[in-house]
Parts: sequence; structure tokens; C-alpha cells
Amino acid sequence: MCATCGCDANASSSIRQFGENHPHPHDHDHSHDHTHSKTIIEVEKDVLYENNLLAQRNRGYFEAKNILALNLVSSPGSGKTSLLERTLTDLKDQFTCYVIEGDQQTSRDADRIHATGTRVAQINTGKGCHLDAHMILHAVQGMKPAENSILFIENVGNLVCPAMFDLGEKERVVIISVTEGDDKPIKYPDMFHTSTLCIINKIDLLPYVPFSMDKVKEHARQVNPTLSFLEVSCTSGEGLPAWYQWLKEKIQVPEQV
Amino acid sequence: MHELSIVMSIIRIAETESAKNNAIKVEEIELDIGALSGIEMTAFDFAWQQAVRATLLEHSKRKINHIPGEGQCMDCAALFPMQQLYEPCPVCGEHFVSVQKGKELRVKSLVVN
Repeated sequence: MCATCGCDANASSSIRQFGENHPHPHDHDHSHDHTHSKTIIEVEKDVLYENNLLAQRNRGYFEAKNILALNLVSSPGSGKTSLLERTLTDLKDQFTCYVIEGDQQTSRDADRIHATGTRVAQINTGKGCHLDAHMILHAVQGMKPAENSILFIENVGNLVCPAMFDLGEKERVVIISVTEGDDKPIKYPDMFHTSTLCIINKIDLLPYVPFSMDKVKEHARQVNPTLSFLEVSCTSGEGLPAWYQWLKEKIQVPEQV
Repeated sequence: MHELSIVMSIIRIAETESAKNNAIKVEEIELDIGALSGIEMTAFDFAWQQAVRATLLEHSKRKINHIPGEGQCMDCAALFPMQQLYEPCPVCGEHFVSVQKGKELRVKSLVVN
């Protein structure tokens, strides 16, 4: 990692030294002492501690500037970018918004967001399957988001890997569309376990697909009983006012006196 | 394949800790990996073989403590073994379960010289 991140943390680790002094018989006619010296380092360090440190650093920055940072996660094709396009267009006059786009390749999503007039940064992870806190740190450094704004982080479309990586977000929002199976929450439990809001998208297609709204919620609550739900369609606009209301409650912009 | 990122983080921790202790060789590395940590061991082993090449860990003995999942019901306080995050409490059937063990993903110790 780079030198500006402060990742070279001196986390405490205790060292226990031990040497063995013991008589060591050889196949010749005398014996003498050897010293075998090994060091055991009691590391006791979380494998993701570097990521978690940077995530907390991001979180502190967002809190200090009252930036509502949201980590949007889903499988590919559930409509994250469409939801953002619609949201950014509808809320343009009410909030200052920023977007960080995560994809393995291309800037297609960033181009779509850019077309709404929103400041956007594209992260291409190459072969990587998730965003991490380090990438967000640098994207934010370049972006310099204003105070009292919303930062949408659209993670790589993947319901597995991004679950493990804290980015410093305030809320993790998992999006599922009705064209996916209603058993997805128990097939990919980690993502639903770590999210606070579940947006069920493409509800205009409900008449055409065997998707049970009750079942998907039941499955999701088995994994995470405190998860909240919003049902939306980016095509018809149904349910979007509730999503905008949710955003307004979370951002809590101080009123001008 | 987030397992590759995980292995890379482990290598970085081993290198940092070894450098602090002026060690040139890691003989053994001990890891704690919980059953609910999100690590798929087959993918982890595959990533490990590829990633440790030409690092301090290339010839290290790897010891893994697999920690089974344990949940506690928030309603009736029962402790029970947990294989999956969506399992209900076996005593009262509620889903308000707090994971007590099994989320571990730690470098526990290194033996260096």
C-alpha cells in the first residue's frame, strides 16, 4: 500500500523469546551444548486490519463533513446503476451527490452517471472482485466531496466478496431484483447479514415472474432480522418516493437558521 | 475469489512482523479461520499456493485453527453451534441470533528465525 495511507501501523505484538540449551549427543566421543534460537511472534492481528483501519479513517472523514456514504451492493444486473441514474436526476435540486463506480472494466457506468451531471469517479478493479477501503480513500481524495452531501459507492456486481470489505460507509444497501430468485438471501447470506437496507427492484415485472415478495423478506429476515425493505421500480417510478424519504432522513442536513 | 486478497493481506502481515523482528525466514504461521468468516477453504488453498511463491511464506508450515460457528439467541440466551447465518435458535426458533464465534480471520502467530 502507498505511503500516504498510514497503513504501516505499529499494532502491538508481544514477542516471546525462547532458546533451548540442551546436551546434544553426537556420534563422536564427547558432547557439547548447542543453542537453537527461534522467535515466536504473537501477532493476533485481524487479516483485514489494514482495510478496517482505512475504512475507519474514511468513516471519520465522512462523519466530520456530514457526508452520507452508502455502499450499494448486489449481483450484476439488479439495477444499481439505473437506480442511481433515476435518483440523481430526481434529487438533483435537493442534494449535492457524488458517485464512485466500481467495475472490473470499462467506464460505461461512470459515463451513464456523468450524463446526469453528477460528479463521478470510476474505479476499475481489473481482476478484483470487490472495492476496498484503500480504493475509496484515493477516489475521495481526488473527488473532494462537499459537506452535507451524499456519496453513493456502487460496488462491483457480486453478492459474495464485497460483503467482507468495510469501505467506511454509513449504511450498506443491498439491491435485489424480482427477476432473481426469492431464495437469494439464504443462498448468499453474508451480504444480507451485513446490510441495513434491502431494496427490491423491478417490481413492475412482478406479474411476469414467479417471485414471492413475502418469501424473499422471510428469507432475508432469517439471515438478518433487523433488515428494512423498500420496493421500487426505476422504470415506473413506483416506490421511489419512499427511497428518497429514507435518504432525507439519513442525511440530516442541518437547517439554516 | 476474495480469498486471493485475503492471502495477500496475510503475506503483508507476515512480512511486516518479520521485518520488525529482523527475521529472514518464517518457519511456521498459525491462522484462526472461523467457519462463518466467509472463507471458502478450497479457494483459499488454491490462492495460497499461487500467492506465497517467492515470499517469506513460500516454505512455511501453515497451521490453521478452524473455529466452529457459535450463536447466541437474543431472545432466550441459548448458546448453540451454528453452521449457517440463517439458522434459527434450536430452543425457541427465533432468528434474533448473535454470532459469538466463527467470524474469526486472524494471523495468530509466527515462528521466525
